[in-house]
Amino acid sequence: MNTRKIEILVGLFVALGVIAFAVLALKVANSGISGSGEYYVLNAKFENIGSLKARAPIKVGGVVIGRVEGISIHPQEFVPVVNMKIDANYECQFSDTTSVSILTSGILGEQYLGISPVIASESARQSCLGNDSAGNSEADELDDLFGVESKALKNGDMIADTKSALVLEELIGQFLFNQGGE
Amino acid sequence: MSILAELDVESDLSQAIVEIKDVTFSRGEKTIYKNMSFSVPKGKITAIMGPSGIGKTTMLRLIGGQLKPDSGDILFEGASIPNMTRRALYDARKNMSMLFQSGALFTDMSVFDNVAFPLREHTKLSEELIRLVVLMKLQAVGLRGASELMPSELSGGMARRAALARAIALDPELIMYDEPFAGQDPISMGVLVKLIKSLNEVLGLSSLIVTHDVTEVLSIAEHVVIIAEQGVIGSGTADEMLAHSSPLVQQFLQGLSDGPVPFHQPASSYEDALLIQGAR
Amino acid sequence: MDFLQKLGHKTLSRFAALGRSTRMLIGALVNIPNPKKGTPLLIRQLYMIGYQSLLIIMVSGLFIGMVLALQGYTVLVGYGAEDSLGPLVALSLLRELGPVVTALLFAGRAGSALTAEIGLMKATEQLSSLEMMAIDPLKRVIAPRFWAGFISMPILALIFSAVAILGAHLVGVDWLGVDSGSFWSIMQAQVSFEKDILNGIIKSFVFALVVTWIALYKGYDCIPTSEGISKATTETVVHSSLAVLGFDFLLTAVMFSG
Repeated sequence: MNTRKIEILVGLFVALGVIAFAVLALKVANSGISGSGEYYVLNAKFENIGSLKARAPIKVGGVVIGRVEGISIHPQEFVPVVNMKIDANYECQFSDTTSVSILTSGILGEQYLGISPVIASESARQSCLGNDSAGNSEADELDDLFGVESKALKNGDMIADTKSALVLEELIGQFLFNQGGE
Repeated sequence: MSILAELDVESDLSQAIVEIKDVTFSRGEKTIYKNMSFSVPKGKITAIMGPSGIGKTTMLRLIGGQLKPDSGDILFEGASIPNMTRRALYDARKNMSMLFQSGALFTDMSVFDNVAFPLREHTKLSEELIRLVVLMKLQAVGLRGASELMPSELSGGMARRAALARAIALDPELIMYDEPFAGQDPISMGVLVKLIKSLNEVLGLSSLIVTHDVTEVLSIAEHVVIIAEQGVIGSGTADEMLAHSSPLVQQFLQGLSDGPVPFHQPASSYEDALLIQGAR
Repeated sequence: MDFLQKLGHKTLSRFAALGRSTRMLIGALVNIPNPKKGTPLLIRQLYMIGYQSLLIIMVSGLFIGMVLALQGYTVLVGYGAEDSLGPLVALSLLRELGPVVTALLFAGRAGSALTAEIGLMKATEQLSSLEMMAIDPLKRVIAPRFWAGFISMPILALIFSAVAILGAHLVGVDWLGVDSGSFWSIMQAQVSFEKDILNGIIKSFVFALVVTWIALYKGYDCIPTSEGISKATTETVVHSSLAVLGFDFLLTAVMFSG
């Protein structure tokens, strides 16, 4: 077998490997969060996360905008805190009155986070992005004080309005309790 | 032992290419050599003979530095092989070559590439020059016509000649032959005997042949060393050996079935053994 | 007492073997050989070890993918969850079957061949002959084979997984009628590049190291007779298969349990 033929066949072998890798990376795996892969982080406290897992999708109206990065227990309050990675394109777009709930896809499906977005006002968005002047920030603080205007959610913020997962046992318990009450 | 020590002394040590000095070597529990000394004179054909199983091949591996003696020293051109650094040993090996019993041709290369192999590895010659050298070496062993064959297509004798061409490719100072005549038909044996003799004369190198084929080797050897019982039992020219007084040497050279080396493995008495068997 | 003595002797000889094999590997890998001489040797071994294993890997991959799809479908369809066939097949292949089955096939196809080849080189004194020609057989014979094995196996595992997923698609989508869109999209939603694909590749590299190392050592250390070589070849397949399964458990525990 001459050297040239061997070289060509080995080249073919390596090229097949590269193609296989490309197929697996592009066609089989999600290539991370769509787009550039930049993200920002939000946290949310829940009463109960049910069977939510790390890497579960975060959806707005069914469209995936991020993934659950990690789940931990709040060190003082002993409630689960969900750490969410969300596409950087949506930073400062949601108001802090946005609510997030743990939902289930289908009857046996996986659990995911659904965000019901409240769109942040233009001024809140600007202040969140750091485009505001010093004078405005004072006004914002006043607004905050009186609850006139909400802030936009930025990297590291906590979402206050959360709805926990539905746990079957609790539902049945409640149902029985209500029955008993009637 | 004292007789052996006397016999070991060589006349002119300055003319020796390899000197074995007081070498003791053992493998596991078994002592193979005990305080053995002899030397291989430069430019001559030296034969190391002895019954099978006394570690003649081991001797060649010791000289090649593949094994290290337990004690004693081995000098190659005045330099101590066991005490060499790895690099120095590899340099020394470029001046010696070894013809293995099986030929040890690389099975994945043609005869031509086998002979070219040491040249390609150790020299910076151009391919054109290498081709010339290889053809010369193959011509010397009479295998130029077989240069494109693979080793699997060669007969045993041809394989050994091809390996010989490879062994002389780098023009070494010393060639060690490990049982070159074993398992050869009379024709290829004759060819090998003639080749070893003519190579030694033409190239002016030293040859060390390990063998137990007495008649073939005595016809060409200028110096003979006979090894048995962990040491040298006799050394000298072929004629001196034939006239040697030691019964062990005579038994070996004449191929007698019984003598100092007994025909029977040591065992309990034959009668006893039969009786015990019968009693059961 | 005799038993204890035997046990101690065995343990010591195991340690000695581990030491010898480590010394062999280090001797082969410590200084990288001259690339001008080394590259053709490496390419030749990539051909022998990698390219020549391609057929068995692709055929096995295709069939394992098809079987996985068939089995997965019959179970999933009972729950009306046949759309999850994609992730089921992809995850089991990328995380486990791809690296493990490739390593087992590789041990049988390339590992045994390596052991037999090196054992034969030892028996026919080719290794000694190299040494006597002042060429280090570790560098000349062992090193290119090691690197070729180490590079080939992850490539083979990737090809195995890719072909198997195509096989699963063939059975699941084209024959059994799972929707092609949901086959791919649910797969994409569930399979992570870092966690599944990269971890699979890391596994593959570990297996490549283990199998190639065992195969080369068994050949290099074998008793140079025909029985010795056949015993060493068998040992290569048995030991490397067991080692692959053991390491797979360890790696899975580290990678996927968190």
